[in-house]
Amino acid sequence: MSTETNKTSLITPFNVIAFVICSVGLYLTVLRFTGGLAAVSNLTDYNPWGLWIGFDLLCGVALAAGGYVTSSAVYLFGLKKYHGAVRPAILTAFLGYAFVVIALHYDVGRPWRLVYPLFWQQGPTSVLFEIGLCVFLYLSVLFLEFCPAALEWLGLKKLRNLLHSATIALTIMGVVLSTMHQSSLGALYLMAPSKLHPLWYSGYLPVFFFVSSAVAGLSMVIFEGTLSHRWLHHKMDNHYLNEHDNFVFSFARAASWVLLGYFFIKVFGIAADNNWKYLGTPMGSWFLVEMGVFVALPCLLYAIGARERNLALCKWTAALAVLGIVVNRFNVSMVAFNWQLPAAERYFPSWHEVWISIFIVTLLVLTFRFISTRMPIFYTHPDYQDEH
Amino acid sequence: MKRRTFLGLMGATAVGAAAGTGVLATPAEAAHFEGYPDAMGVLFDATRCIGCRKCEAACNQVNDLEQPERPFDDLAVLEEKRRTHAESYTIVNRFQPESSSIPVFLKTQCNHCMEPACASACFVRAFKKNPDGSVTYDADVCVGCRYCMVACPFNVPAYTYDDPITPEVRKCHMCHPHMAAGKRSLPGCVEACPKEALTWGRRDDLLRIARDRMRANPGKYVDGIYGEREMGGTNWLYISGVPFEELGLRTDLGVKPAPEFTKGALAGVAMVVGLWPVLLTGIYGMSKLNAKDARKAQEAAVSAMKAECEADHQAAMKQAQEKAAKDKQAAVEREVKKALEEAQKAAEAEQAPNQDKDGDAS
Repeated sequence: MSTETNKTSLITPFNVIAFVICSVGLYLTVLRFTGGLAAVSNLTDYNPWGLWIGFDLLCGVALAAGGYVTSSAVYLFGLKKYHGAVRPAILTAFLGYAFVVIALHYDVGRPWRLVYPLFWQQGPTSVLFEIGLCVFLYLSVLFLEFCPAALEWLGLKKLRNLLHSATIALTIMGVVLSTMHQSSLGALYLMAPSKLHPLWYSGYLPVFFFVSSAVAGLSMVIFEGTLSHRWLHHKMDNHYLNEHDNFVFSFARAASWVLLGYFFIKVFGIAADNNWKYLGTPMGSWFLVEMGVFVALPCLLYAIGARERNLALCKWTAALAVLGIVVNRFNVSMVAFNWQLPAAERYFPSWHEVWISIFIVTLLVLTFRFISTRMPIFYTHPDYQDEH
Repeated sequence: MKRRTFLGLMGATAVGAAAGTGVLATPAEAAHFEGYPDAMGVLFDATRCIGCRKCEAACNQVNDLEQPERPFDDLAVLEEKRRTHAESYTIVNRFQPESSSIPVFLKTQCNHCMEPACASACFVRAFKKNPDGSVTYDADVCVGCRYCMVACPFNVPAYTYDDPITPEVRKCHMCHPHMAAGKRSLPGCVEACPKEALTWGRRDDLLRIARDRMRANPGKYVDGIYGEREMGGTNWLYISGVPFEELGLRTDLGVKPAPEFTKGALAGVAMVVGLWPVLLTGIYGMSKLNAKDARKAQEAAVSAMKAECEADHQAAMKQAQEKAAKDKQAAVEREVKKALEEAQKAAEAEQAPNQDKDGDAS
């Protein structure tokens, strides 16, 4: 890349769009913190949780599951040769969680008290307490897992090697903490059997959320790898590029199997509570769409894609599966929540809420780009070539 | 100290500790909370309520809430269904049930659950179930996550969404702070009710009063006291002449207290913490062992192959050497023979000219 292209590249369509999103986002941020939640959101007493919980928290955490999925596959389950995929996944997860926490500052009433449940007064009977504790700890673990890349960039070898030696312990902690809070996000809704539609309410909700987070993680790593290939190809070393296709097929196959299991446990959930009668209702049709288009279909397409080594199919299926996770989280938190209330009392996000969510995602992408174009994320640092 | 003496002392200490703290042999799982013994509550009798909204006005005044746009004596407000709000801890709604010729009214406020969902859901313990039966809220620790509002099966807690700096949850506290401060002896709404539709008293007594009214007035009430068992029981109780669901009360909530819904999931967390590291370390160990075994097997195969090659090579070498030696021998012999022959020839040739010379000379 020549210096000249570097200079002109500042005004790209991507940068212009990002600039517009961020400018309006900053304006809405001011509005939120001067006018209160009422100034920007459609939240009501009936609908205390909206898009910022349904998307920013539930989807954000699920889609950041690539961190624990990839690091455990590579370091614990023996897929060592795909180690090139770990760093992008860890970075995505770390930034994902960091921005989930930032997004929560918009949603909670008094964000400066977000540390209260940790350090001031604990409510251990609350599922949310457990989530808060886990997210705090996992964010720290992800930070430590990400650190070697930053330390290699900074040339701090001793510290980097010390952290590198803790990889296995950190990976195990990451899986434990992820299991806990991914499932607990589903367990949040166990509290509201009278508000959540029976087709989505189940005693198995924590298991559903955990298992689908694995699908989200696997799919997101494939999906995000595709985007990175498009935009950050020049940063990738040969090792990453050579293993990339096989890696996609392995993860596609894994995702297909997990989706199959997920499909069955969802059916068992219906059977356990004998909720078959609801399948014939309008909500039932929507449930069948979720199960058919966003669970069974990606399961099948992943299997075909992996079997026939069809890279394009695997990537499109990853996008479909990611969308499926978003649909599921939206259903639990918004569509099927308060389903018994009359339409006038139901929730639909304001454009401000949607914009702030997009703003947060944009900030995440910009930060990812900043880091991955500088630090050894898609390539192995020359000093550490022989380590794997 | 002898080992037996030590163990005996340990046992005695354990028994003493258990007895001292009053710990009995009942496992936590079997324990059942019946509510605080002297907890107070309110009985609402829908057959007495006339929808005058005096309770709403009293609550507003007692709690120093914002004046509504339309005054409390404007009964046209009852035309539309309302819910509790940040500035109205209690509201009265009018219903026209099919089974009744006249409208029936229902007062709504916090039901003060015996095991409150809000308190169980709160991650900073901002809610408290007091021994007097009330459920109160402490805004000083509240983060504003609003999980309490999600958790409440009665849709009671409200939030001051328009406050940017100090937003808080608002709900009926059964006048607990006012009574604790000695400012009141009755909840504001109870005192204001002109028809005695509200009765304040010990929850146990209220249940008895409700049953007495039913017995004394056969056919006047539907069977059942709403709140006696719903969600594990509430300190606010309701009796009515029409089915409760016709007054917008949920009769499908079940009798399980809210904390039970998440108890299992929270218990599972401990198992994950305990067992996941073991399982994952095991998987890591196995995959590492497999890799090591594979590497060993590979190394063994390689060295075996190497040895075989070496042996083959040695044999071939030996053969070649032998052949070379033989060839050399043969070549030497051949050369020797050749040399001998040449020598002989030379000798013969030498002799022949000598004879000639001799012949010439002679």
